[in-house]
Formats: sequence, C-alpha cells, structure tokens
Amino acid sequence: MTNVYITGIGQTPVGEHWRTSLRELAWQAIEPALVEANLHYPDALYVGNMLSGAISGQEHTGALIADYCGFRGVEATTIKAGQASGGVALRQAYLALKSGEIKTAVVVGVEKMTDRAGGELVSAVASGLDADYEAAQGLTLASAAGLLLQRYMFENGLELRDMAGFSVNAHANARNNPNAMFRNQLKAEKFPAAAMVASPVNMFDTAPDADGAAALVLVAADTPPETENGFKPIQITGSAVSTDSVALHDRKEFLTFEAVRRSTEKAMEQANVKHADIDLFELHDSFTVFAALALESAGFAEMGKGWQLAANGDLGIDGAVPICTLGGAKARGNPCGATGIYQALEAVQQLRHTAGGSQVEGAATALIQCVGGTGASVATHVLQA
Amino acid sequence: MQVSRHWRLQQQRYALVGQVCADCEEKIFPPRGVCPNCAKETSTAFEFSGRGKVYSFSTVYTAPAGFEGSAPYTIGLVQLEEGPLVTAQLTDIDNDHVEIGLDVEMVTRKLLQDGDRGVLVYGYKFRPVVPVWETELEDELYALA
Repeated sequence: MTNVYITGIGQTPVGEHWRTSLRELAWQAIEPALVEANLHYPDALYVGNMLSGAISGQEHTGALIADYCGFRGVEATTIKAGQASGGVALRQAYLALKSGEIKTAVVVGVEKMTDRAGGELVSAVASGLDADYEAAQGLTLASAAGLLLQRYMFENGLELRDMAGFSVNAHANARNNPNAMFRNQLKAEKFPAAAMVASPVNMFDTAPDADGAAALVLVAADTPPETENGFKPIQITGSAVSTDSVALHDRKEFLTFEAVRRSTEKAMEQANVKHADIDLFELHDSFTVFAALALESAGFAEMGKGWQLAANGDLGIDGAVPICTLGGAKARGNPCGATGIYQALEAVQQLRHTAGGSQVEGAATALIQCVGGTGASVATHVLQA
Repeated sequence: MQVSRHWRLQQQRYALVGQVCADCEEKIFPPRGVCPNCAKETSTAFEFSGRGKVYSFSTVYTAPAGFEGSAPYTIGLVQLEEGPLVTAQLTDIDNDHVEIGLDVEMVTRKLLQDGDRGVLVYGYKFRPVVPVWETELEDELYALA
C-alpha cells in the first residue's frame, strides 16, 4: 500500500518581514525543504494561502510561486480555506500522492500579512466570515471569538483570568523556538489587564498576525524512503478535513467545534490511534477559547472543562496533553493560511527529536489541527515517526 | 462600490425576512437553499417578529475598514423568539450595560458607508425593548410637535 512520508522541512521565522514579498517568503521556506529531501523538481506544488488577493493584490499564486522557485511547468494549485488553508493543502497533496498519480509534492503555507495595516487588515481577515450576515454587521474574527468566549465563560461560570493558562503555556514553549515571534514569558496575573481587542478577547488572548512561510516535501512510497539528511521519514498516518457553518449563528451546538470532532475522529481512526497514544497535539490557538473548544471537541476534555487543563498545567511539555509545543499561534505567531504547515513542521521536529528545550520526551505520535474562521474548515492529521 | 450586493438583501436587512420550512416548519434566518433541520429543499418566506434576547455579545475596539468611526461598538448574537440566532449590532444602549438575556427588538439603522462615494447601507440592529409607557409618551410628544 502506498504511504505518504515527509522527507524535508523548511520555514522562515514568523514575524514582520518588511523587506520580503509573498513569493520570496515561499522560496525561503521551500529551498531548505528541497535541500533536506534532496529534491529539485516535484511532481506537484500545493500552496496554502488565505489572503494574498486582499493583502498583496496577488491571486494565481500556484503558478507564481512555482515559477519563482524554479518549478516552471509543474502542476501547481492554491488551496483557500481561511486559516485552515495550510492543513487543507496538506490534505490535497496527501490525496494526490495516495492516488498514485504523483510521487513527490511540495506543500508550502505562505501568508504575507504586513502589507496592510489597521482596519484594512482587520477587514481582510474578516473575509473568512460570512460577508453578508456577519462582516456586514461589523463582526471581526476577534469579536466572533469574543462571542464564543463570552458565552463559554457565562455557561461555565468563568472569569477572563481562568483562560490565562493557554497563553502562558504558549509563551513558555516558544522560548525554545528560534523561529517564534514572541519568546518573552507571560505572567498569568498580567493576562486580564491587557488592552481589549473585542471584549472579552484582549491582546494576551489573541494570536498576533504575522508574515511567514513553511514548506514540506512529501514522498509516496510503500516503505520508508532512504534519506540523506540523517532523519527518519515521518509518515502521515491519518488525514481528514471537515466543514461546519461559516456563520456562528448557524451552528447547531454553539460551543462545539463540530468539524474538529468529525475530522479528529476520522484521522485518529484512520491512523488507528487512541487519545492515550497522542504524545502532542498542535491545535490552533488563534484565541484561548479556540484552544479550549478544540480540546473538548477533539475528546481530550469533557465539554465545558477544556479550560481546566490549562489552569492545572496539564498542557505543558511534560503535561498529560502537550499542546502548542513550539509556541502555537499565540507565541510563534499567526500567519493565517501558513499555520497548518508550521504545525506539521513543528510536529516533524518533535518526532525527529530535534525540538530542543521544547522536546516532548519520546514523542512518536503527533496530532495536528488547523481551524479556518470560527471552525468552518478544519484539517486534522496524525503524524508518526 | 457595490450596489446590487446590498440591494438584493433588502428583504432581509429591512424586514428580517427568512423562511419557514414547508415540511418541518423550522424557522430559518438567514434564508438558505436546504432546511438545516430536515434537509428538504422547499420553504416559504417568513417575516420574523424582530423580538429576541441577547445570547452572547462582544464589544469591538479594533474595527474593520468602514466601521472605525463607530468603535467601540457592541455586536450581539440575538436569539429571536422564533428560534434562530442573528448576528447584529446592539444600539441605543451603553456598551457596558449589555448582558446575556437582555430583551431586545429590531430597529433599522445605518450599518456602513461603502467607501467615500459609495452607498449608505441600512439594515437591522437591535435595541433594548422600550417599555410601553415610553413609546406612548414619545407618540404624545410627536403629536404635540
């Protein structure tokens, strides 16, 4: 049976890259991935991106990036699924490799955020919501998260400070990631005092928008391919994408990420792993409430109790469910459509045991998951050494 | 500038016209192609009463383009008395007086201006339900004026 392996990874530091354009960011991530995998020209290129049209005035990025990276002539396409674009692109590459039509693929997640600022950037990000019935009312992604957090705190009798553990953990883990945007430590007592973005979501609750690109080389093979980089190939053993209503007001269960639940179940069943087998969970912590809802909907916590894992310190590198092990979106930074590939790359670092001070001891199985919008598109993968 | 995009939503924006499923009688807003309850295609237009309660809310400080002048403003999820949730700005109330469970009713207000020379977009917002004696007093004042 054909398996899919990751044989090369590359990334740019996440941050404000004023001198670097969209295509240059992509190449900065793709080049080291090609070198690691000893590949020059893949059978196909998949680009995960959310905002190139709104921010850079550039669509058609499959062909653009292929040409810039010396892949002229290659089959190339861009996948758009909001902040889940990276994970959905990985899924598309996985399907193509599984089908036998192609043998090698490059997947790059790239986002250029800093060419717009202020209200224009907020509007661009809000384009992943329902334009006619959410954004037209002035809803932003942060205020959509605010609607979720307000109700989550109301139903579970919480205050804002009860959510601090998620952000404190993310910053603690980013300390050991040289590519993270924020490596400073966050004190829990400072968390509730930060400036409001969209109440109750404040600056310490939300992940910072940033530029970034991450790339993977994928290879289809019956058995783990030989590598020259000294690292064992990492196998993708589970892969699933699920969708939910784009608008929050259309959800059946308001505080359930139904697409998280469905895609996690499918990916874990496919990989034949149980929750106890998962050594780390790279979830999409764009906001603390997203992290809590992901833990609950993915089955790592009872409904309404995900916040307790953060409050009790169970999510750290040595905890029961390590999450965001190299900083997550909160501290690594949040290059929207690139996130899914950063997560895959960080999981590969964990499974290669090269995650430095943030290494999860003996990591052999990782769950990665990126969430578009407020949970409308979710891509979940299981990676194993 | 977008004209038809907003014009075609006037039934929804001005009168909260959604649908009622002809099969299972589910009340639906905004309108959609397939009933979310029974997956049947048929449905007929249904005008909602415009009354409901605040289900959740968030006050926006970092606003999108076109809304900067209104910030901070509060967006609510309003549970209509017929069932569905609606995303809408809350108006005629201080941001720090909003709470879950507050009784609200629909009013028509300006939502945004589509660029410097674009159309003014009007639509639904929700305000706290005004007690009857207050509306009667208002009517009397208008009559005097």
